[in-house]
Amino acid sequence: MKQIIALITILVFAGSLLMIVTNFQFGVPIKSDMDDYFLKFGQVQTGTNNQCTSVTFDFRGFDTLGESTVLFTAVMGVALMFRRFIRGEDDADE
Amino acid sequence: MRMSKIVRTATDILYPFIIIFGFYIILHGHLTPGGGFQGGAVVATGTALVLVAYSWKELPGLVSKNLLWFQESGGLLLFIGAGLAAMIIGFPFFYNWLAGSGSIFGTPVAFGPNPGDLNTGGFLPIMNIAVGVEVWGGLVMVLLYLLSALEREERA
Repeated sequence: MKQIIALITILVFAGSLLMIVTNFQFGVPIKSDMDDYFLKFGQVQTGTNNQCTSVTFDFRGFDTLGESTVLFTAVMGVALMFRRFIRGEDDADE
Repeated sequence: MRMSKIVRTATDILYPFIIIFGFYIILHGHLTPGGGFQGGAVVATGTALVLVAYSWKELPGLVSKNLLWFQESGGLLLFIGAGLAAMIIGFPFFYNWLAGSGSIFGTPVAFGPNPGDLNTGGFLPIMNIAVGVEVWGGLVMVLLYLLSALEREERA
């Protein structure tokens, strides 16, 4: 019974995904004002030849700031978690 | 907890090239595919290779937790500081005021395909370096903490 439900769920999800993929035409976006702006002015405004970097670090710098903060928080979490283990044994590592 | 002599010899030969390749990706982030995150991950991989091939306790000078913490927080502070520096001068937060100004990283770039110059990009190279240093410190930090926990598990 469980397997039949799982199979039906997978089929429904796969079918809807395939429907989306076949209905959309790739390479012809509905709205491309933003992309055109980046491609036209990004190189001159940011002075970069790599437009991916100009988008991630300049036009969407806040996004990258959040990403860096997420990484910092993740490392801090790992450090806090394992520091407790280490401190119980010996303080030589810190 | 060090690995065999074959692994250690291969590591000795390979790790400078991996680290140099990572720095290349970081510094050319505004010209070629890649950037701070990817290059930092590559440098961290080179350091992780040394850490895994040798014992993590045998490298007190090369990789220390204090230095890695300094990298991690210093990279993030440099990133935020580069954004705040624009506010001090009088532009919005994260405004790329160095681009095309003629000073460091300020050579103007013409529209269209061109080979590119390392001295362009405004503060994008600075941000790439900041993020690269941060990712490098962070990933090695995680690995170092996990390895030290593993050591403790073996001893207990």
